[in-house]
Amino acid sequence: MFNSYLSNTLTYNPDLCIGCGMCSTVCPHAVFEQDDRVARLVRPEACMECGACQLNCPTDAITVDSGVGCAAAMIRAALRGRKETTCNTESGSPCCSADK
Amino acid sequence: MCVNSLQSCIQFTTSTITLQNRWDHFLARWSFNRSGHRVEPGLYALGSPQEDSPVFVTANYTLSFDALRSALGEIDSYIMVLDTKGINVWCAAGKGTFGTDELVHRIENTHLHNVVSHRVLVLPQLGAPGVVAHEVKNRSGFTIEYGPVRAADLPEYLKTRQATPEMRKVKFTLWDRLTLIPVELVHVLLPLVAIAVALFFIGGFLTSLAAVAAILAGVVVFPLLLPWLPTHDFSAKGFILGGLIALPFAVITFLHNPDAALWQLVSRIVTYLLALPPVTAFVALNFTGSTTFTSRSGVRREIFTYVPFMALLFGAGIILAIALPLIQLLGG
Repeated sequence: MFNSYLSNTLTYNPDLCIGCGMCSTVCPHAVFEQDDRVARLVRPEACMECGACQLNCPTDAITVDSGVGCAAAMIRAALRGRKETTCNTESGSPCCSADK
Repeated sequence: MCVNSLQSCIQFTTSTITLQNRWDHFLARWSFNRSGHRVEPGLYALGSPQEDSPVFVTANYTLSFDALRSALGEIDSYIMVLDTKGINVWCAAGKGTFGTDELVHRIENTHLHNVVSHRVLVLPQLGAPGVVAHEVKNRSGFTIEYGPVRAADLPEYLKTRQATPEMRKVKFTLWDRLTLIPVELVHVLLPLVAIAVALFFIGGFLTSLAAVAAILAGVVVFPLLLPWLPTHDFSAKGFILGGLIALPFAVITFLHNPDAALWQLVSRIVTYLLALPPVTAFVALNFTGSTTFTSRSGVRREIFTYVPFMALLFGAGIILAIALPLIQLLGG
């Protein structure tokens, strides 16, 4: 109840995995773990859909609909009838306020 | 200052953070000259690097650059700064500016092949959403080594070149959330004052204060209390917080108008309870973009689940707020 984050667009095909370990390395929320030779999807609900794993998987074993989990950006896009807005900092908007 | 080394222009930097640097960081946190906190992209020498010294990559945002160089301390190394238009590593990676193309371009531009004898680049882990490691290797010959999330962990990491699981996880601590508040506050200040003044003339001091309280609860209190508010959804958490904020105003209305008719009192209280929580909830929902863990799918789901409800409640509250004095005027 009151949890919109239980499912996401992350898919993983273990048949394509060559055990390079990149997904475990780049994931900021330990969604994957290295299991002997291949990767295991251990915490899919923790995935924030950043896309790092998909980008760095050399065999395309991972797919995810990556983008920013930002309500302001999505609402703005919906109001303007456009597909997606990116963080616009040139105009001094409050987007991209996380500094790490 | 620039030293020519086989056509490479290498600038010098130190690991010292000066008072001027700290002032720059402070201004950045308060959103002053938001995109102006930049360093020049290119190659920097820290200490006395040799051809076998490590190469670290970062964004041209002063906070990113300064975090890296101060963490490296006495370690002789090269720092390659990418042009991310003054944006931090993680956001730039998401946008693609801390990306494969810029990285390959910068390697060529700085003639890195002539500067170091090895072929390894240490990247911050959070650059990964923008960098295809195997493609960089194919195009430049340089292998990408993803270092820890936080620059501060680099000295420990460099001892073994193995990151612990903790080094690879991103948190969202109280301090992290606290440092985000000034930026959010600065950007809401002008509309906040405008609303406060307008409502003061329309509805009086209490109404004005209530609106300010509802908004500030979302901007300042919500980030601080985030993990301790019940439920997972930001909107639901915001509704709970907003409800708590609305209660004192309902109580004050009840206590300060002993002569008012019961229906008027109840109506006024209901107005607060209808109009205030959606405001806090909406502000809370918009905090999702500043967090380190909300997925796009989840936020989209939240928007479709809660925004219509927020609009409905808020609209009902406003209609009631307008209807009340009208009814009184017409001799109720």
